[in-house]
Amino acid sequence: MRIQRFNWPIWSGFLLSLIALLSYPFLFVNWPVTRDFPWANLLLFGIAAVLLFLGVRRAFSPDRRRISKIAASVLVTFGVLVLAFFIFSFFIASRWLPASRGAPQVGRKAPDFTLADTNNKQVSLSNLLSEPINGKPPKGLLLIFYRGYW
Amino acid sequence: MRSIQQSLGKFHEVGIRPVAISVDPPEASRDLCQKAGYTFTFLSDPKAEAIRRYDLVHAGQGINGQDIARPAEFLLDSSGTVRWVNLTENYWVRARPEQILEAAKAIQ
Repeated sequence: MRIQRFNWPIWSGFLLSLIALLSYPFLFVNWPVTRDFPWANLLLFGIAAVLLFLGVRRAFSPDRRRISKIAASVLVTFGVLVLAFFIFSFFIASRWLPASRGAPQVGRKAPDFTLADTNNKQVSLSNLLSEPINGKPPKGLLLIFYRGYW
Repeated sequence: MRSIQQSLGKFHEVGIRPVAISVDPPEASRDLCQKAGYTFTFLSDPKAEAIRRYDLVHAGQGINGQDIARPAEFLLDSSGTVRWVNLTENYWVRARPEQILEAAKAIQ
């Protein structure tokens, strides 16, 4: 019987590609420096690619069994798919945004609105523009529209 | 949101009030604020009325296919006039507090 050493590069490469994907929404998105361009994730994908490459080379050496070659092929395929999904989600799908040509432009009055706050109290734009901040009248308002979680 | 919260003191110092708006119901926003420690105003626009008025509707992108807001930031002066706008091209990329504070310097 041949001694089959565990092909750790292929498994760790695959695992690292998953970490490279998931660490963006769960971790790196929290800091602008790693969020605006996902260099940290691409770096992890780079390391994962090297590990997967080493793993495939090991699996296809003559002394390995066929099952090892099959496993390596499957894992490297999944690794590539994970990277493709990441590239697609970050660089392509996230840019499918409406043009919003009718959004209020600089110099225009912002449209009024009345909406409920987290205590179900109705708040209007004029309330927000007049309510003091630290006892002083506000100089301005920053409206942040976001996608929400529901 | 997190970076806005971290810079909240600086925003208040220059007299700027940040306000977040989404289609999330008030209860969902309250949960978010409690969990994440956000202390500024969160407004709920479940029917996307204000979002539509600002032409920011991203149709059918909610979890159940409802209309939601595309990310956008507007800086208004005390008269309600828009002084700075950021309509991001990639929803992962948002305006940084430093950018907004820089733009706020022009408002007196």
